Parts: sequence; structure tokens; C-alpha cells
Amino acid sequence: MKRKVIVVGHGMVAHRFIEKLSSATDVEITVFGEEKYPAYDRVHLSSFFDTNSHEGLLLADPAAYAEKGIQLKTGVRVDSIDPAARTIVDSNGTSYPYDILVLATGSTPFVPPLPGRQKTGVFVYRTIDDVMAMRDFSKKATSAAVIGGGLLGLEAAKASLDMGLKTHVIEFAPRLMPRQIDEDGSSFLCDKIKSLGIELHLGAEVGEIHGDDSVCGVGLKSGEQLSVEMVIISAGIRPRDDLAKSCGLTVGERGGIAVDDSMRTSDPNIFAIGEAALHRGFVYGLVAPGYEMAAVAADAIVGGERQFTGYDLSTSLKLVGVDVASFGDPFGNKETKPIVFADRYSGVYKRLNLSADGRRLLGGILVGDASDYGMLTQFTSAGTVLPEDASALLLGGKSAKMPELAGTAEICKCNNVSKDTIVAAVTAGCTELGALKKQTCAGTGCGGCSPMVSEILNKTLKDLGQTVDMRLCEHFPHTRQELVHIIQIRQLKSFREVLSACGQGVGCEICKPAVASILASSWNDLILRDDVVQDTNDRFLANIQKGGTYSVIPRIPGGEITPERLIVIGQVAKKYNLYCKITGGQRIDLLGARVDQLPQIWEELIDAGFESGHAYGKALRTVKSCVGSTWCRFGVQDSTSFAIRIEERYKGIRAPHKLKSAVSGCIRECAEAQSKDFGLIATEKGWNLYVCGNGGARPQHAVLLASDISEDLAIKYLDRFIVYYIRTAERLTRTSVWFNSLEGGIDHLRSVIIDDSLGICAELEQQMELLVKNYKCEWNEVVSSPALRARFRPFVNTDETDETIRFEYERGQKKPAEPVGAGV
Amino acid sequence: MNNANLNWMRAGAEADFPRDGGVVVKLGNRQIAVYRFENETDTWYACDNVCPHQNEAVLGRGIIGDKKGEPVVACPMHKKVFSLKSGNCISDAGYSVNVYPVQLKDGSVFVMVHETASNAESLPAEQKVR
Repeated sequence: MKRKVIVVGHGMVAHRFIEKLSSATDVEITVFGEEKYPAYDRVHLSSFFDTNSHEGLLLADPAAYAEKGIQLKTGVRVDSIDPAARTIVDSNGTSYPYDILVLATGSTPFVPPLPGRQKTGVFVYRTIDDVMAMRDFSKKATSAAVIGGGLLGLEAAKASLDMGLKTHVIEFAPRLMPRQIDEDGSSFLCDKIKSLGIELHLGAEVGEIHGDDSVCGVGLKSGEQLSVEMVIISAGIRPRDDLAKSCGLTVGERGGIAVDDSMRTSDPNIFAIGEAALHRGFVYGLVAPGYEMAAVAADAIVGGERQFTGYDLSTSLKLVGVDVASFGDPFGNKETKPIVFADRYSGVYKRLNLSADGRRLLGGILVGDASDYGMLTQFTSAGTVLPEDASALLLGGKSAKMPELAGTAEICKCNNVSKDTIVAAVTAGCTELGALKKQTCAGTGCGGCSPMVSEILNKTLKDLGQTVDMRLCEHFPHTRQELVHIIQIRQLKSFREVLSACGQGVGCEICKPAVASILASSWNDLILRDDVVQDTNDRFLANIQKGGTYSVIPRIPGGEITPERLIVIGQVAKKYNLYCKITGGQRIDLLGARVDQLPQIWEELIDAGFESGHAYGKALRTVKSCVGSTWCRFGVQDSTSFAIRIEERYKGIRAPHKLKSAVSGCIRECAEAQSKDFGLIATEKGWNLYVCGNGGARPQHAVLLASDISEDLAIKYLDRFIVYYIRTAERLTRTSVWFNSLEGGIDHLRSVIIDDSLGICAELEQQMELLVKNYKCEWNEVVSSPALRARFRPFVNTDETDETIRFEYERGQKKPAEPVGAGV
Repeated sequence: MNNANLNWMRAGAEADFPRDGGVVVKLGNRQIAVYRFENETDTWYACDNVCPHQNEAVLGRGIIGDKKGEPVVACPMHKKVFSLKSGNCISDAGYSVNVYPVQLKDGSVFVMVHETASNAESLPAEQKVR
């Protein structure tokens, strides 16, 4: 006869326990979860706001449970236990017998006895229902205060920011995350958090929550008053031990169900795991130790001897978008010698505690950049002997040569997955990251080891002589670079030809624009010949904006414009009621045009001598310039003329991603050329050519490719550089990212572009000549073709305009109205 | 399906619809995106033009294709990918659109539109033509 195992609670740890036990053949598992959802990922609760959906958080699949014969009862609570009769009674009043009972009741948020805590607008942050209620309420609120600046409090603050609320965090201790990081680490974290607009109140105590029925503010004991409409309390957790207590199990004085090293409670037939358990006087509020408890309890039930003997509290998290990690002994002691790296500029703080002899890493703290966390914790847990120059190795990041990890190294701490296990799975044919994680469970807990899993995957594939999967998508078993070769060698001219030559299926939103871009970069034919494979911006030659209208940016080479043309832009904007804004690239953006208005607008612009600005394309955007030696008393070269020359030469050329450029007339660099894909800075003797810079999300300075060169030589190098990038970069990869993945870096680039080490420069120049020769203004083509103009209709069966497009007005101009019923 | 013919509404001439792409038709007060997958089988699909993610009338301007054989359209705004057979969003399970049967007759395209959106869910999602 099978033993009946009843699990009380269906959180992350219970789910893990069931997974571990379900392979046993002599048990019959029933699990009760009081929430209406099956087990979900509580650790990443704030990611709910990324997708506005809870689906991505779910861990347990009810169908898989059913398949294994596990009874899952969601929305049902267990109300009482009779240990003598070995039965429980659920919230429906039904009684169930058990042989083994597992309490995975988790914890409840601790709500301090603050006056006003029962008012509408006070929330705790624990469940999907909590965040849904917060989301609904937040629509009427503009600001929130989070009480508690620990791990959960900061997660709640992120949620609050994601809901668009002005956010305060109130912490009683004088620093954030007092249990995980030191004072300096906290100060770095504070800087980052403040830069996001969160207001911090450290060393502050809440006196009262104000308001009649609803919250209208929070009063601090210092007398300070915060005006907020929402309060989120995350002042710690309390183990849920009431059920255990009421049936006579031993519980701790300050809460928690007492367990031994096999997770058995004072009744040998009852186990407790997760945040509800009190082990050697300690309650663990992290998921990794909970998972270990789950494994130990499952093992004990099948007669194993695995023991839980305490747990390392190492943790690596992204809090409010900031990496924070703490491992081993984070604070150190008198014996340990810390290495501290503190870079206020980039906001990175690292503290590594070395043993007295400097040869072992005992623990540390990382704030701002925890990319080395996986590696460092390996050193700590394996007791690896460090090389002599430990500081360079530990703080120099990826450039330093890391010693190879031992096969037994535990990569995923949450799930106890060793490097050997991952390597074995890859060797056995599991070569896709998602599948690898699913099979080995590595990276499915806190996710902190995901970069290491991916690194091990790629390294193992390389060792096996296999290439890393860089296929474009399911329709093309090729990299972008391979497709460039196929298209150019076989002279393919349309998506359909490319698909039948080397693809399968009908294509998708990934490969269609990617192939269209390669075709355009190869032949520079009119992209509208194949309009249905283009992204909407390239299909309608304008940038789609909120609400489905488009924006228009005429080319203004080098930012130079006559008064007559300025007036035309003004007249067009006025006639079609377009919102006007000056762009960062010295151009003028006209927003809010309906699709059917675009050809008329462009007809008028073209009549006045304007051309397409290609703001919609993965193509050269703008070449920004200063006024240069013509006007500026410091200028040494004519930057404006050179910028116009460059912009005229490369306009309209399609590339793997957009290209931005700038030319500065002297060393003061007013045009910011070093933040562009390619930029020139004037010198006394000529020009310095910089490449592969970027602004945007990951700013990167451009690197110097050549110094003191003439205009003509600069153009020659640029021809080669641009075509080389077009040929070899992956789709949607900016030059900066492409550059970072180039083996050999700038030396390689110099040898290819300047020394012609690959012997391809003549070919690169020819390709550029072809592209320049074939340039045509796309909008000019459309305006003069009735057939192309006919494609710019909102509906094919009527000339009506789209009535769903509506505007509001602000500061004398229009803006998109919020769509009816939007926001879910 | 016999009496359903009453609800077939003419959406335009076949020649007005691009090959392997989508356009929008207005039927009554509704905006409906119509897609033609000419490349392999010449199958037609139709769904709401409004993407439920941000309620923007743009789906007809999305790129069509297949995901493991399932015909799909990707919203041009945030790349939510919808199955044109079921109407379900396969990149974000929280969303779905109504899908409508399409039929060709004598060079004209017809879409079956129902009085209320809730009716739509019970109708067969796909209508093969030819």
C-alpha cells in the first residue's frame, strides 16, 4: 500500500519538495495551496510588472502534476491537524488521512502595530494577489512609501516605480540591506537608488499612517511628513507556525516550527520545510536553503540520510535594477584582509575578504556589478588557492584570466548543480540554453548563475568542436554573415528567392526584416519593392509612434538649414497639425501624421528640396556637427562641410542597425563625435577618426582608428569600415557591441581597414561605390508613383480615416490621447 | 455553417490585398486586419486590427509568418505575436484577439463578421479556401 503524503502549502519550496519526492513509487502525494494559483516564483514577483501578467511566474504545471498522479488542491487551506489520528481537515471541512505530513506553510509579512495600518491603500508585498491589488489601486495614486529597506522592501520599491509612482523607502537602520552589505556598499546602493528618483529615509521610524479611510500620508517620528496615497509594508517576515502550534508541535519562542537535521518536527510523522521551519534557532528567508530543506525532507521520507546542517547565505540579486551580491563572510573580521574597489563614477563597489595569507577568498560584497559573483563564490566554497596577484584577478573583471573551475564546483547553489552535470548534459546533446536549464535545473532558482551556465554551455560546445547556435531563427539555419555571402554570391534579390534558396517555412518577424536589410545593404534597390517583409517603419517610411501615427524627419545634412527651408517645415507642420520637436541629431521631428497623410506631407517637403532623413531605417541617421572653423574662433577645420559630405555619401545605406555620426571642428568636441558609430575630430594636421562609440543604454566611447588623416583618406577608411561592419555584424547589433565581440579588438580592425590584412579592401570599396551610386530618395520614388502612394491607405475598402486616432493638447501642441480602455 | 453565409461581408477585391502581408478593412464600425499567406498554401486569415496590449489599431501593419508551422502576426508596436488560427498571443499568454473566417468568391474577399465579439470565440477559427 502506498504511503499518503500530504503537503500543506504550495509555494516554491513545496513545489521543489514534490518534484524531488514524485519519483518515489510508494507514495501518494496530495498538496493543498491556499492561493488560487499553483506554485509560482515569488522571488521575481516584481517582474509581474514587466509583462503585466502572472503567467511567466508560474512554476508548477497542474497537467504535469496530474500526469504523475499528484493531487493538487489550489484555493484550499488546511485548518487543523490531528497528529494522534494522523488526519487533517481542510477549509471545506473535509478530513484526509496521512502517513506523512509536510508543513511548507511559508511566512506572512510582518506588519508592525502602526496606527493607521488598516486604512485603504496599505499593502503588503507577498503574493500575486497582493501585486494585482497594488496595481489596481496604483491607477488612482501618484506616490507610495515603502516601509522597510531590506531585500523585499527594495523589490517592492521597484514594483512601485514600475507602477509609475513617486516612491519613498523608509528604513529604520542607518543603511540599506543591513543583513547583507556593509556601510560603503549601502552607500553605493543608495546612490544608484536615488538616481532612479526613489527618495530614501534612512534611520527613520514611522510614527503613523495618516488619512480618513484612505491613506493620505506617512508621519515619521522625526516630525517629517510624507504625502503619499499608498503604503507598502515589507518590514520582514514571520514564519507561519500557527497550525503547528495549535496541534502541539514544538515551535520557537520567536516563531518557526522546530526541526532537526532531517527536517522532522517534534512529531516524527510531520516535517517542516522552508520559511516556516526553525533549524538550530534559525529561520531562513531565502529560497536556496528552502530548496535544500526540500531535498533533505524528500530524502528522509524515502529512507535516505541527507542532512541539513545550516546554509551559506550567499545571495546575488538585481534590486531595482542594481546588482547586489553578498557571499561567504561578507563583513570580514580582524584577521581577514579586505580588498576594496570603489568606483563612484560607475557606481561599482566590491569588497573581497581574503585570508590573512592572502591566498584564499573568504567572502565579499558586490554592488553595481555582480557579474563575477558565480566565479567568486566558487573560489570561496571550493577554497581555491588564489594566484599571487589576487587583486588584479578578482577586480580586473573578465580581462583577467580566471583559473578553470573544477568539475565538482557547484554552479547553481539553489539546485545543487555541479559544473560536471552541466557539461555532461551538453555533451549528451542538450545544446540549447533553455533546454539545458530545464534538464539540469541549473539557473532555475534565483537565476544568479545563468551567465555562468551560458558560459559553460558555450565553452563546452567549443571544446566539443561544435559551433554555438547563432542561427537567425527557425526559418534560416544560417548566421547573418552566412546569409550575406549566400545573397551576394547567388545574386538573390527578394525575400522569397532567399527563402527558397536556403530557408524553410514562410519566415517571421525576425528573419524577414533581417533579410530585407541584407538585400538593401547588398543592392540598395528600393526597399518598397518588397514592402511586406519590412518592419512597419520601413514599410511606411516613417517611425511608428504611440497610437499608431507616424513621425516625419526630413534630412538636414550636418544640421545646416536655410531660413526658407525652415519656413517650409513650419508651414507643413502647421498645415497638417504636426507636433514639432528638435531631435538630438540636429534635425526636426514632425510627429502625429496619419498613414494616409504621409505621401502628401512628403510631396510638399520634396517640392521644397528635402529628402528622406531615413530616421525610420536601420541606416545612417544624421551626421551632427559644430560650426567649425568657418564661424568658431577655436575651430581648426571646417567640420560642417565635412559632415555634409559624409552625410550625403552614406545617406540611405541599410546596415545591421542604425548608424550615427558626428564631426567636431576642434579638440573641444562639441559635436560629441566620440559617442557615435563613427566620428571625426579635427586636428591641426587633419582629422582623427573614431569608430564604434555609442550613447544609448550602454554608453561606450569610440576608439581611435587613425590620426591626422586627410578628408579623402578618412572617407576611404569609412567606406571600408562601414561595409566590413555590414558584412560581419549580427542582426540589430550596433557597432559598439559588434566591436566588443571582435577578436583582436582595435588592432584587428586597424589591420583589416588600414593594412588590408584580409586583402578585402578593394572589394569593400567597390561595394560602397555600388551602394552610393544606387542611392535614391525613397520618398521621392513614392510620391511620384501612384501605385506606391496607394499603399498608404488606412483601409483597403474605404477612404475613411482611422477614427481611433485621437489627440489631446499640451503646451500649445497636440499629443496622443490615451487609448480607450488601455492599460489592462 | 450554412446560415452563417448571411454574415459574410465583402472586404474588397482580391487584387487589393498584398501577397504575404496584411491590410486593414473597415466592416461596419470594425477594423479588421486581413492577411494573405500566398507563399506556400495561399491561405487567408483575419483578426481584429486592434492589438489588445495597448489598444492600438496596428495589427494589420504587422509582419506575418509562422512559428513552428502556426501562422502568426507580430504586432509592430511591441512584437506581441498572435496565432492567426486561435487568436491567442503566443509570446504573452495574457492576450488574445478575435479571429474571423475568410472566403474568396469571384475575385472578391469576404470576411465573416459576427454581431458581438463574444460570438466570435465559438466560431471555427480557420476557414480554408480553395
